[in-house]
Amino acid sequence: MFENLSHLALQQYWWIIDSLLGSLLVFLMFVQGGQTLIYRIGKSELERTMVVNALGRKWEFTFTTLVTFGGAMFASFPLFYSTSFGGAYWVWMAILFCFIIQAVAYEFRSKPNNVWGAKTFEAFLFINGLLGTILIGTAVGTFFNGAEFTVNDFNQSKWATPYGGLEAVLNFHNVALGLTVFFLARVLGSLYFMNSIESDQIFARSKKQLLVSGIPFLVFFLFFAVRLLIMDGFAVDAQTSIVSMESFKYLHNLIAMPVVAVLFLAGVVGVLFGLVKSYLLEKYTKGIWFAGGGTVLVVFSLFLLAGLNNTSFYPSLADLQSSLTIQNASSSHYTLTAMSYVSLMVPFVIAYIVWAWRAMNSKKIDAQEISSEDHLY
Amino acid sequence: MIENLDLSLVDWSRAQFALTAMYHWIFVPLTLGMAFIIAIMETIYVKTNDPAWKKTTKFWMTLFGINFAIGVATGIILEFEFGTNWSNYSWFVGDIFGAPLAIEGIMAFFMESTFIAVMFFGWNKVSKKFHLISTWLVAIGSNLSALWILVANGWMQNPVGMKFNPDTARNEMDNFWDVLFSPTAVNKFLHTISSAYILAAVFVIGVSAWYILKKTNVVFAKRSIVVAAVFGLLTSLFTVMTGDNSAREIVRDQPMKFAAFEGLYNGSKGAGLVALGIMSTSEGDGTNENMKDFHFKIEIPNMLSYMAYLDGNAFVPGVNDIINGYTDNDGEIHPPVTEKMEMGRKAIAALKAYKAAKKTDDTVGAKEAEKELKANFKYFGYGYFSDPYEVVPSVSISFYSFHIMVGLGMYFILLFVLCLVYIYKGSVVNKKWFLRMAIWSIPLAYLASECGWILAEMGRQPWVIQDLMPTMAAVSSIDSMSVIITFFLFLIVFTGLLIAEIKIMLKQIKIGPNHGGN
Repeated sequence: MFENLSHLALQQYWWIIDSLLGSLLVFLMFVQGGQTLIYRIGKSELERTMVVNALGRKWEFTFTTLVTFGGAMFASFPLFYSTSFGGAYWVWMAILFCFIIQAVAYEFRSKPNNVWGAKTFEAFLFINGLLGTILIGTAVGTFFNGAEFTVNDFNQSKWATPYGGLEAVLNFHNVALGLTVFFLARVLGSLYFMNSIESDQIFARSKKQLLVSGIPFLVFFLFFAVRLLIMDGFAVDAQTSIVSMESFKYLHNLIAMPVVAVLFLAGVVGVLFGLVKSYLLEKYTKGIWFAGGGTVLVVFSLFLLAGLNNTSFYPSLADLQSSLTIQNASSSHYTLTAMSYVSLMVPFVIAYIVWAWRAMNSKKIDAQEISSEDHLY
Repeated sequence: MIENLDLSLVDWSRAQFALTAMYHWIFVPLTLGMAFIIAIMETIYVKTNDPAWKKTTKFWMTLFGINFAIGVATGIILEFEFGTNWSNYSWFVGDIFGAPLAIEGIMAFFMESTFIAVMFFGWNKVSKKFHLISTWLVAIGSNLSALWILVANGWMQNPVGMKFNPDTARNEMDNFWDVLFSPTAVNKFLHTISSAYILAAVFVIGVSAWYILKKTNVVFAKRSIVVAAVFGLLTSLFTVMTGDNSAREIVRDQPMKFAAFEGLYNGSKGAGLVALGIMSTSEGDGTNENMKDFHFKIEIPNMLSYMAYLDGNAFVPGVNDIINGYTDNDGEIHPPVTEKMEMGRKAIAALKAYKAAKKTDDTVGAKEAEKELKANFKYFGYGYFSDPYEVVPSVSISFYSFHIMVGLGMYFILLFVLCLVYIYKGSVVNKKWFLRMAIWSIPLAYLASECGWILAEMGRQPWVIQDLMPTMAAVSSIDSMSVIITFFLFLIVFTGLLIAEIKIMLKQIKIGPNHGGN
């Protein structure tokens, strides 16, 4: 089946799979957003315990998606993996440390004798939510704005600045995407609390957050999206593989790929619908699904804009011709074919996740459950 | 290709990888083994409906959860470290090495993370049966993740199923099944997971022994010992079998590693196995300072030949034989290392020539260079060395890590047998010396397990991929100061987390099974 596809078709297929994983990751960052709101939403110890436990039952999905995204990028586009991770050392190390401290925080937070105290582990969750989202968003911003690396004839890469990728923060467009992800994660986190916790106070405070985080989210998102559509982009000549700057490249991509344009718009509508309806209606709890689904569509279409239609998905500012495309950075035809068969498992994975999620969330978390549960975060 | 090689960068990168991998490995084996022990206990609970078994299951589950979290925390870095610190490696073999890592995520990690939530929080939310299935799926998922990462590691020990593509300057997979079912990978997987089960069994027995000594939760402790000792004994025998297979496979694919961990400098027919030995600080046979003499050794005649080839008279090559070239038992001639180095240099030069010819559209030149590259590619990695003795790993580290691992492995079998005998006789409660010994066996299990990895990884040196890529050629070109800083950050963070983990564990053990999980 897959072996008959052209190398380019497989590269596109894998860019789509990686994009899907990336977009699911951003949706699942409602966990990170929620972690920055523990003290805003939970005013008493009981409320904080409810909030932390609501997040604690989902954090591994986000974490696993991040790890799988990394693994899938390695398997499908190893030159990106070697170039970006090996060069933007400090950016990725900072992101990884944010996630290392998250992984222990839930399990250790409320355990007696945890040495460093509950506050330390809550701080870990906060750092993960704040820096993890902003840094990942900023790093993804370089997919559009470029990064400082060179690749030699043997495909060995070198970073051109001594700052290990941290120089990406000097471009506000990158940072705007980071802040967009951060505030979006907080919106999604609030919607998740409204959906999964049975408490009027938590519901009311989460609703308030929709406005507090929703407005900066919209401001940064609009700035990012509008600037993206009017800026120059990194175009690749299909025949010669030469990379050059093209005015309105990402707008052109949107027009050239109408399906992506529809997904993008549908996603924006979904996010806004989920947000506004949850804010306006008194008891509405399903906003997370619209906003979450919308998030997936928007991020998915942004990834497609970055990588498809003869575009460099990881452009080099140091040497334009070192820029990475889905063609020059990919695995071999054989490996992509083998991996494509593995990708057929993804629907089964999603199915059992949905099944388990529904079984676990059939009843909202309430004070009574917290008092009777013997495994608490 | 590797201009301006910075040795301190290589050393610090290795130190960081070793630090993070060894920290990660403190937690993984307990997760792998305990997951099954818990699943067995819960199965007994579901079959018997005895609430005491539920309590037992939940207690071990609590310890499992604490350990699992820190295992996850220390694990994420390893996947990304291949990119951050071993960027040239990631490109050179990413076409093969990346796939198992991705499959690990898709197949195993999601299974683990989905069902672990059901396992911990689903007691009152899902049916008994669904809960039990979830617990088994956590065990299967965690062991599946081990499968894929060990397939990746097995490939580094014995690269198969690929060919070199000079256009992309990397190795590309040409047979997925060869990679997956490589005997190295299969043995490595089975040996590693079964040794992890031993560690988990020793852990459960040690903790249970403490309860018996303290005269609390005695019935619970005895039940736990029975499950763990049966599990441990069965898996021990399996570990011996797979270890034996591994040895036979290593002598063929990594003879230098084999010679090093046996401290065998000069090979012979009917070679003896050093069962016990202490190395001196003086040089062994004067050929290389890495090769130390033995203060004393107890040797079992002909045993090494038998272990390696199932033939007590077979020839086993020593370090010097491999350096100087030898003919193996199948009649295959292995050239001296100097010759391999020469061929490696030719391969590297041919690759450069190929690239240059391609740039100038010189098709004839490119063809010639490709032919030369193909003829010498087998020893590509040797081209990076200047002294033949550079291909010898640290003999003393390999020797000790191997012997400590094997010696302790034998000791654990004895421990499991004694557990079952004393439980059967009903005398375990009175055997204070034995209970103390069981408690002190816990750190020994960790020592044995870490030694296994030290042997696997240090014994493979100076290669990151056997014969193809030396470790020094695999590093990212970053400044060593960055790596030094992250090394210490990892040291501080992981040590801080380990202290918390141990303290929390000890507290939970003190609280005991009667107060549910906490």
